[in-house]
Formats: sequence, C-alpha cells, structure tokens
Amino acid sequence: MAKAQQSDGSRSVVTAMLLLPTTLWFLLLLVLPLVVILVFSLGERGPAGGYQPAFTLAQYANLPARLKAFTNTLTLAPLGTVLCLLFAYPLAYFLGVRASARAKPLLLALVVVPFWTSFLIRTYAWIFILGGRGIPALLAQFGLDDVRLINTPFAVLVGIVYGYLPLMVFPIYVSLEKLDKRLLEASADLGASPLRSFLQVTLPMSLPGIVTGCLLVFILLMGEYLIPAILGGGKVFFVGNALVDLFLQSRNWPFGSAVAVALVVIMLLAVTGYLYFASRGRRREDVSVI
Amino acid sequence: MSTIDRKTFMKLLWRHRKTGSLSRRDFMGLTGLGTASAVLAANMPGLLASRRAHAADLGDRVVLATWPNYHDPQNFETFAELTGVSSQVNVFGSNEEMLAKLQAGGSGWDVFVPTNYTITTYVDLDLIEPLDLSKLPNFVPDAYDSRFTEPGTVNGTVYAVPKNWGTTGYVVNSAKVTDNPTTWKAFWDLTMGPASGRTMVHDYQLTTIGNALKYYGYSFNSVDPKELADAEELLLKAKPHLFAINSDYQPSMRSGDAWMSMCWTGDGSQLHRDMPEMVYVLGREGGEIWSDFYAIPKGAEHPEAAYALINYLLDPEVNAREVMVHGYPSADSRTNDLLPEEMLNDPIMYPAAELLDPLEFGAATTLTDPLRAEILARFKAA
Repeated sequence: MAKAQQSDGSRSVVTAMLLLPTTLWFLLLLVLPLVVILVFSLGERGPAGGYQPAFTLAQYANLPARLKAFTNTLTLAPLGTVLCLLFAYPLAYFLGVRASARAKPLLLALVVVPFWTSFLIRTYAWIFILGGRGIPALLAQFGLDDVRLINTPFAVLVGIVYGYLPLMVFPIYVSLEKLDKRLLEASADLGASPLRSFLQVTLPMSLPGIVTGCLLVFILLMGEYLIPAILGGGKVFFVGNALVDLFLQSRNWPFGSAVAVALVVIMLLAVTGYLYFASRGRRREDVSVI
Repeated sequence: MSTIDRKTFMKLLWRHRKTGSLSRRDFMGLTGLGTASAVLAANMPGLLASRRAHAADLGDRVVLATWPNYHDPQNFETFAELTGVSSQVNVFGSNEEMLAKLQAGGSGWDVFVPTNYTITTYVDLDLIEPLDLSKLPNFVPDAYDSRFTEPGTVNGTVYAVPKNWGTTGYVVNSAKVTDNPTTWKAFWDLTMGPASGRTMVHDYQLTTIGNALKYYGYSFNSVDPKELADAEELLLKAKPHLFAINSDYQPSMRSGDAWMSMCWTGDGSQLHRDMPEMVYVLGREGGEIWSDFYAIPKGAEHPEAAYALINYLLDPEVNAREVMVHGYPSADSRTNDLLPEEMLNDPIMYPAAELLDPLEFGAATTLTDPLRAEILARFKAA
C-alpha cells in the first residue's frame, strides 16, 4: 500500500515535470502576450507612434473603420475553407481508398513536395500565372480579351486553395485510410448503391477528418496575411493585413491591439460554434469518434 | 536538380524583375531546390566552409535596409570580394515601415536609407547613431550640393550622409495611355477614367496622400484635417480603379498589367531605359523632391562593417556604377564627373527648372502625423 502510494507520488512528479515546459511555453508565449495586447488595446497611440498608457475604449469604438477587412476575412476564409474541402476530398479519397499500396507512399510524398519550397516563392509564382502574361494572355488567344485575374478576390482564393490544400488532404486521408472496407461490402450486400454507401458509410466515417481539416485551414486563414498581400495587390485586405499596417506602418499599437483582440474573439466564437455543431451532427449520425 | 550559386541567382532574379516573366528553365532554377540551397547558403554562412579569410574586425556580414531597385547588385559582390563581408539587402516600401521596425526594436539592420524628412524624428527618438566621419573618408562634404546634405545634420551633428536625390512623379506607358498627361489632376482623372484598373499608387503615406492633395492644389505636406479629408475622399473614390497599392511597381509596369504608376526618378530611368514608351511625368502642380541618406541605427550589430559598406558606396567610382544602374541623380560632383554626358542631360534625372521649382521637400510632421497614418491605413483597408 505504502509502495503504491509512493509510486503514485513519483508518477505525478514526473507528469508535472513533463508538463512544465509546455505550461511555461503556454504562459510565457501565449497568455502573457495576450495580456499585453489587452492592456495595449486600452491605451493611446504615442505622439510618434507606439503605445502610451491610458484607460479608454476609444480603440474599440474605432473598430468599424476596419469593417471591410473583417467582412473580407469572414467571407473569404470560410469560402476558402469550403473550396479546399471540395478540392481535397476527392484527392484524399483516392489516396486513402483507391490508390494501390505500392503507389501510395509516392503519391503522399508528392502532396508534400510543395512544402520543400518557400511558401512565399510559391505564392509569388502565381503573380506570373494570373498576371497579364499568364492565363489572361492564354484566354486572349481564344478571343476572351481583357480578363483580369491578379489582385482580385478570385486570385486570393486560388492562392488559398493552392497553399492550404495539403493541410486539408492529410486529416481526411488519415480518417479514410482507417475505413474498414468490409463496411462498404456489407453496405453493398444490403443493397445500397455506391452513392448511398458513400453518403451513409464513407462520408460519416471521414467526418472527424473533415472537421479537423476545416478547423486547421479556417483558423490559419483567419490570420492569413501573405496571400492577400501578394495576390490581392493591397486591394483584397484581410484583418491580418490591417494588423500589419497598424503595427508596421501607422504604428498605432493600441488600435492594432484592439483589432487583434476583436479577431481573437470572433475566431473563438466561430470555432466554438463550429465544433458544437460538428459534434452534434456527428452524434446524430451515431458514428463513433475515432 | 542542380544548385545555382548566389551570383547566378541574383542575375536570374534581376532578369525576371526586368522582363516580368520567366523562361521555364529559369523558373525551375528560381523556384526549385536551387533557391533553397542559395537561400540557405546566404542565411547560414556557418553551414558552408568559409571561402576566404575575413578581415577580422569587419565580421562576415552586414545588413542593409533600403528601397526597391536602388543598387547595382554587382557592387555588393565586389564589396564581399574586397572585404569578406556579404551584404544582406532588405527592401522596404515606405519610411513609416522603416521607422516602425526600428521603434519595435531588434531590426537587425546595420545600415539603413532614411529620406531627408525622417532624420529629425530618428534623432528625437534616439534611434540613429551619430556618424564618426573619420571612418568615412569618402564623404567629402564640399563635393556635395548642400541642399541634399543638410537634412543629414541635426543640431550640428552628422547622423546621415547623402546617397542620392530624386523626385516623385508618375510613369506612364504611352503605348497604352495616349493622353500625354502633365499634371496630378490628370493622373487621378485618368485613373478613374480610361486607365481604370491599370494604375498603381505607392504603399506609402507621404507620396500617396501628398499626390492626392496635389489634385486639389493643396500643399504636398498638408496636415490640415479638412484638406486631408478631401484627399481621403479622392483616394477612396479612386481605390476601385487601382490595379494595386504597392511601392514595387516595376514588375507590373513591365509586364503590362499596369499602365501608370506613381514613380520615383530611378524607376522612371530604369523603365524608360528598357522600354522607351515609358514616360516619366512630374505633375506641373508640384509634388516631392527628396534626398536619401545612409545612416546607422542605434544598436547595429556590425557597426564596423556598416561604416565600411557606407564608405565603399560613397567612393565616387562605386557610386557612379550605382547611378548608372539605378538612374537616380547624385549630389556628389566627384561622382557626376565620372558619368556620361547624356546621363547628366537626362530630363528624367534632371528635370527642367520650371518643373523642379514647385516641388517640396517632405516635412517632418508628415511622418508622425497620426491622421495621415490613419488615412493611408483606412484607404488600404477600405
């Protein structure tokens, strides 16, 4: 008995020690900066920029001045997530269900290959593809003159799907790979059409992957800065771009902090709501969570 | 895939910036593993065995914060060969961006290139190092046109030495826009008319707001709330008609995506040199005349290398090579003595007196004015 207690105690010490780095990391690099941002958001802009202590809600009152950045982000981030899902699902399905065991490692490696090159350079390349000498020049050959793609929301969406596709493919692939093929056979034996089998067996089974993939892509997209900056030409503006401007150009730290806090709040609400509905949906389907 | 060395990489990058397009082979070289290894080699010199003995006191690198299309890349290569110091060049779009980086701290820069009107603010904020002129023997004040050196001296202390000067006008692709505009009024009217979707403005509050103010005939430097409100209204009205808001406009002008852009002298020179249909226009109402400086930020990590680089770039022969490439006029008579006659008579570099007269030097207040900063940020976020 005494021995068991001792081992329990030492186990909890080990647990505490293992968790210590994470806890410190969490406190120092997440909680503390968040507190700083909250304090800054109640302050005033210094005479030459930066932060000056004060206690005012003026920064929050000024939030409507960045309304367009918020609406842009809140339309293009979900839209980009859905597009990623639509493009990623067939690919993940092929990789997880159809691809032969021999080809699979190679195909998976090909999905990862783009990560070998800097995201910046890969996104930059789209400037040329979507610019006047790229696709529009090709379309002009077929009589479609003056098509403008670069620096539009469309260009930003192309960049999003291109850049974030692998992040959606992998979670879905993982959930599909675990799919027990016998379930599909059973479904077919019971007279379900392939479409019905897909909708009632495959799709629900891959739901955890879809939920994870969407969450991953959506959260990153809400803070996206690079793609709109490069493919939006400063015209398609995300909250991330507004933040960069406020901190790195107009040096209005308090207002920038207020915008950052607003983004965090919106994101928390969106993600909580999403998870709530996702889990409810899954329970209704009565499929066990992996 | 073969790797490419830094020089070839720079050459390829330079070529693609000029033409705005890439051959398939260059594309592979630029985007593939070649890039990865070149970048790795440039950023992690420790990974590669040092190829030459370094001058012990200079270190092996210097970080320069400067503007787009502003140097002869070959000069940095030569500097590295001479001293063992490789230059890491960071490019910025506005003085506000530079100031913000320095205010936030930890910029990592050794040399930066502030514009005349910003230097007093840097001194006030204690962000700039007074220069030890004994380490800059190539800086000979008497050789310079004093208009372009004076802003570098604050309260009798020299904080910055002149790089070159220039003007801010706009460049027009005359093959696409045939109206021969000569004013800022025409610039904005064309933007909202025949050149809709084809115009670029700087991502820079001094010039973008200043040149919108000129539409109404106000001072380029105005901080009057009513005049700024007019300028903001114009900017918001013009925004849907813009191709982009970006201070690096050469690639888009060269590719034909943009037909007109706010433009600094040197970009005008470079574009016109390669594409004669590119015309540089100074608005007759006025606009900006400026001079840029070399300076060392407080807390620079490689101050000795910084002095060595500045002194090297001020060498008249080196500077002449810079001018030949960037096409901005130099205020240094020793440099000008080395330049070809046609360059000294170039109307882009040396505009006629009646065009120069109405130009204004930027005022220090524009840099710190909160309203100007917010107007540009609102314009971009609109």
